[in-house]
Amino acid sequence: MRTLKLIAGAALCSVALGVTAAAAQEITIGVSIPAATHGWAGGLNWHAEQAMARIEEANPDIDIVLIAADGPAQQANDLEDLISIHQIDALVVLPFESEPLTDPVRMVKESGVFVTVVDRGLSQEGIEDVYVAGNNTALGTVSGEYFLSRLGEGDNIVILRGIPTVIDDERFNAFMETIEGSGINVLDNQYANWNRDDGFEVMQDFLSRFPDIDGVWAQDDDIALGVIEAVRQAGREDELFIVGGAGMKEIIQMVMEGSELVPVDVLYPPAMIATAMDVTVSHFTSNGPVSGEYILGAPLITPENAEDYYFPDSTF
Amino acid sequence: MTAQAHEGVKPAKKRFRIDYHTFGPLVALIALCILGFALNPAFASEGNIANLLTRSAFIGIIAVGATFVITAGGIDLSVGSMAAVISGVMIIVMNAAIETLGTGIPTVLLGCAASVLLGLAAGFLNGFMTTKGKIEAFIVTLGTMGIFRSLVTYFADGGTLSLAFDIRDAYRPVYYGNVLGIPVPVLVFALVALLGWVLLNRTAFGRYCMAIGSNETVARYSAIKVDRVKTLTYVIQGLCVSIATIIYVPRLGSASSSTGVLWELEAIAAVIIGGTMLKGGYGRIGGTVIGAIMLTTIGNILNLTDIISNYLNGAVQGVIIIAAVWLQRGNLGHLNIFRKAKG
Repeated sequence: MRTLKLIAGAALCSVALGVTAAAAQEITIGVSIPAATHGWAGGLNWHAEQAMARIEEANPDIDIVLIAADGPAQQANDLEDLISIHQIDALVVLPFESEPLTDPVRMVKESGVFVTVVDRGLSQEGIEDVYVAGNNTALGTVSGEYFLSRLGEGDNIVILRGIPTVIDDERFNAFMETIEGSGINVLDNQYANWNRDDGFEVMQDFLSRFPDIDGVWAQDDDIALGVIEAVRQAGREDELFIVGGAGMKEIIQMVMEGSELVPVDVLYPPAMIATAMDVTVSHFTSNGPVSGEYILGAPLITPENAEDYYFPDSTF
Repeated sequence: MTAQAHEGVKPAKKRFRIDYHTFGPLVALIALCILGFALNPAFASEGNIANLLTRSAFIGIIAVGATFVITAGGIDLSVGSMAAVISGVMIIVMNAAIETLGTGIPTVLLGCAASVLLGLAAGFLNGFMTTKGKIEAFIVTLGTMGIFRSLVTYFADGGTLSLAFDIRDAYRPVYYGNVLGIPVPVLVFALVALLGWVLLNRTAFGRYCMAIGSNETVARYSAIKVDRVKTLTYVIQGLCVSIATIIYVPRLGSASSSTGVLWELEAIAAVIIGGTMLKGGYGRIGGTVIGAIMLTTIGNILNLTDIISNYLNGAVQGVIIIAAVWLQRGNLGHLNIFRKAKG
């Protein structure tokens, strides 16, 4: 452990001493993210790989080690490996879960590494140097505002939620607060587990249960794709609209083409990992201070601006 | 369901308990349906029933295959991942064939052929390693479960494989179409169940499965080719997975690493709810069909009502599954009130 600290310390010192020293000594940045187990995480992996190639190309003295974990326990192991085997100078981590990874990330920080935490925060404050995140509350608020603009007193909507988690609650509560008092009826909300198949089935059931639905908040684009198929099967495309979230390319494409069924989307980009990696790199390359919070917006994607958020080569 | 009717007329082995044994799952399903209707009359609407049966088809068809594997004393944990990887390869094959075969039926048939071949091959692989490799079925299929799951993630590059929109029109009817008002998946499910019932109850192969499941050594001494029969059960399982996949792909036209997650457990649950013994030796296809329909019915009812907290959905499902098996095992007969009623 002591040698590790020495090495890490030496690396940091060399950085502090200036660019000439840094050029001689390569900087290693470890990136630890969840494996591609669902669409959004797949996009996360794609954007991380793209950013890695781009950053390494532009900075010959920066080496990036990208590791994807299947679960919180494996991610904790990965972090140990990044320190002991790769001897990283900086860590970009998207924690699988906040609680179990707080201590492992703290250990990394204590070994003298610059730490950037992405998306899901740690359960204790002040560990990370930089926090980069999407805005779950804003995702709920922006979606809610769109519903306010389209619907009013007496209109009916249904909500398909994600998995019972803090993120899901943040989105849901923000949405409900936004539409409160507008007279829009939320007929029911059910979990669709951020999954197409569940989205399809839950929506089928909503459609047989409620004869009058004016809007669907699917909260996520994977769910939205299942919802779209269920609505088409029931032949009720003309009576309602669907709002997803995240920025999946298929959904963005529909928005771009001016779909009536999917008029807008709300951004919660997997590309935030690239933002986090760039910010971390700039800690080594810029002469300005790099620390604090970097919260991405959750803009409404409309036919007018959809092109800016369209990545046809991405897996998501 | 035809199969269930056939099983119902089997001669009773024991006087009272046989009724619970045979009709337990059916009674549970009927009770569940009454509950569903009471909670929300929309449950009994034609559209909802059609949705429900169509949905059960995937798990149901896979569970028919699982009935053979479990009856012969084996277990297959890889079916969910297998379904995902077969869906993925089908989509890749069909997308690649558009240029040469066009966007019509031939391409779809090619995809289906690929699916059947893969299913048979994957099933054989599981069976061969279990019998000739002498590795526990639990371990073999746990291993292939991981392999298949990573393969689909790899093929999809971590994202989602999507069927080209041009082919979807030709393929769509396989899920969304119907014959005489009955959805195609339901028909396929009924056919697979019927064939499965005949194979298990009216052929030497079926008897061998039960014999091997109840005592493998005795079966071996009785000149039953144990390894071959056991391998065949996994091949049948693979074939069933591929049939289920052929129906599944046109529904959403996509496959990703989250496709078919936990299907293996649902299939095993359907088999056990239906009255097949987890330790092997006794299998019931009719029960499996009821079990599969029951599982989807539970989910459907939970979506049709909002009186139960969403957080408890899993708990409700668990309680109903356990209760169904309890009912089916004839445990009611052990309760005092029932004994008195009989006396």
